[in-house]
Amino acid sequence: MNTWQWIGGLLVFLGIPFFLLGTLGLLRFPDVYTRLHALAKADNVGLGLVCIGLGIQSGSVVLLLKLILIWVLMLIASATAAGLIARTALSRGLRPWGT
Amino acid sequence: MGVAGVIFDGLLALALVWLAWQATRAADLFHAVVSFIVFGLLMALAWVRLEAPDIALAEAAIGAGATGALLLSALDRLASRDGRHRMLYEPATAWGFWIPAGGALLGGLNLAAWKLPAPGLGEEVLASLKLSGVDHPVTAVLLNFRALDTLLEIGVLLLAAVTIWSLGRAPSPLVPAMPSPALPALGRLLFPVFVLVAAYLLWRGSHAPGGAFPAGAVLGAGAILMLLAGARPWIRSSEHGPWRWILSLGLAMLLAAGVTGSLFGGAFFEYPTGIAGPTILVLEVAAGLSIALLLFALYLRGEPCEHGYRGAGT
Repeated sequence: MNTWQWIGGLLVFLGIPFFLLGTLGLLRFPDVYTRLHALAKADNVGLGLVCIGLGIQSGSVVLLLKLILIWVLMLIASATAAGLIARTALSRGLRPWGT
Repeated sequence: MGVAGVIFDGLLALALVWLAWQATRAADLFHAVVSFIVFGLLMALAWVRLEAPDIALAEAAIGAGATGALLLSALDRLASRDGRHRMLYEPATAWGFWIPAGGALLGGLNLAAWKLPAPGLGEEVLASLKLSGVDHPVTAVLLNFRALDTLLEIGVLLLAAVTIWSLGRAPSPLVPAMPSPALPALGRLLFPVFVLVAAYLLWRGSHAPGGAFPAGAVLGAGAILMLLAGARPWIRSSEHGPWRWILSLGLAMLLAAGVTGSLFGGAFFEYPTGIAGPTILVLEVAAGLSIALLLFALYLRGEPCEHGYRGAGT
């Protein structure tokens, strides 16, 4: 394994805790808003690290750019979806935890 | 395949069984629909593991995406109690019957799979691939060797759309209760990407996994996104009548291609030698456009009409 593969592997490895913490937040946080917070933030950072790590490991710049494009599209979609879920919950009268 | 691969496949199989169970047995229908969508996504992953990327693409786009959107939109039409949808009937609990019946079905399928001729028809398809006009065996089967199957599949989709439209006018589309500025922006930003991906998948079908079904599903999903973002469907009969022909374009073109073959002394769906490639490309474009519009038409839940939506004060 050359240096780039080690760096890519390290990035993928660094991404895993974000997914674990995002999932922990989804399971343990008290209401829909805090759960969205956990998912939309932690998972996206984790996905970014995994995508960049895999792209670097592949050794191909084109593949790296494609994976980053997937990540960017996921960021846009997940931010919009999280906002829509939160707005729908708010309009249905779900009060944020602690208010 | 290493140990990690075996563990991954095992987890995938267990998750699929669990999700199938949830999708059929969950008392809350929303829970069941979400389980079904996740089941579709994991099923696509299973097809990738089986090295069948064509089926994986179709499963993700149609099984999880388009069907999921349809189920969610159907859920919205059901009567609900305190915002939740419950099963209207008690799921059958005759275990003494279902467990042996399921076991017998599974055993029968296993036996049938075991009895299949080992290499299948793969060798024969590869041997005649150069005659088919395309370089990708799956496309060769779908649009040349077994084009009749594709014709019938699109016919089923068209029948479904006609049936749904004949049930009544389209209800007003689902819009978020609290309008979000992000959704129209997302629609405008992403629709060109949807068109680009659909065109790419369509073009790629001649030499690699892709083709009309995934391309049509992606384009249809883009149209559904635009609808959710507040766009008005433009296939209303008075202004846009001719555009409705796109709904049946795929079926008509496939039928024409099939009949032309028999008219000129060949068999049904026998393309003239030399122009098989261009014929398949034209058929793919027609079928892809039809599939996109048909999936969108299914999602409208009724015929779009010029006098506004049902219940919109007309």
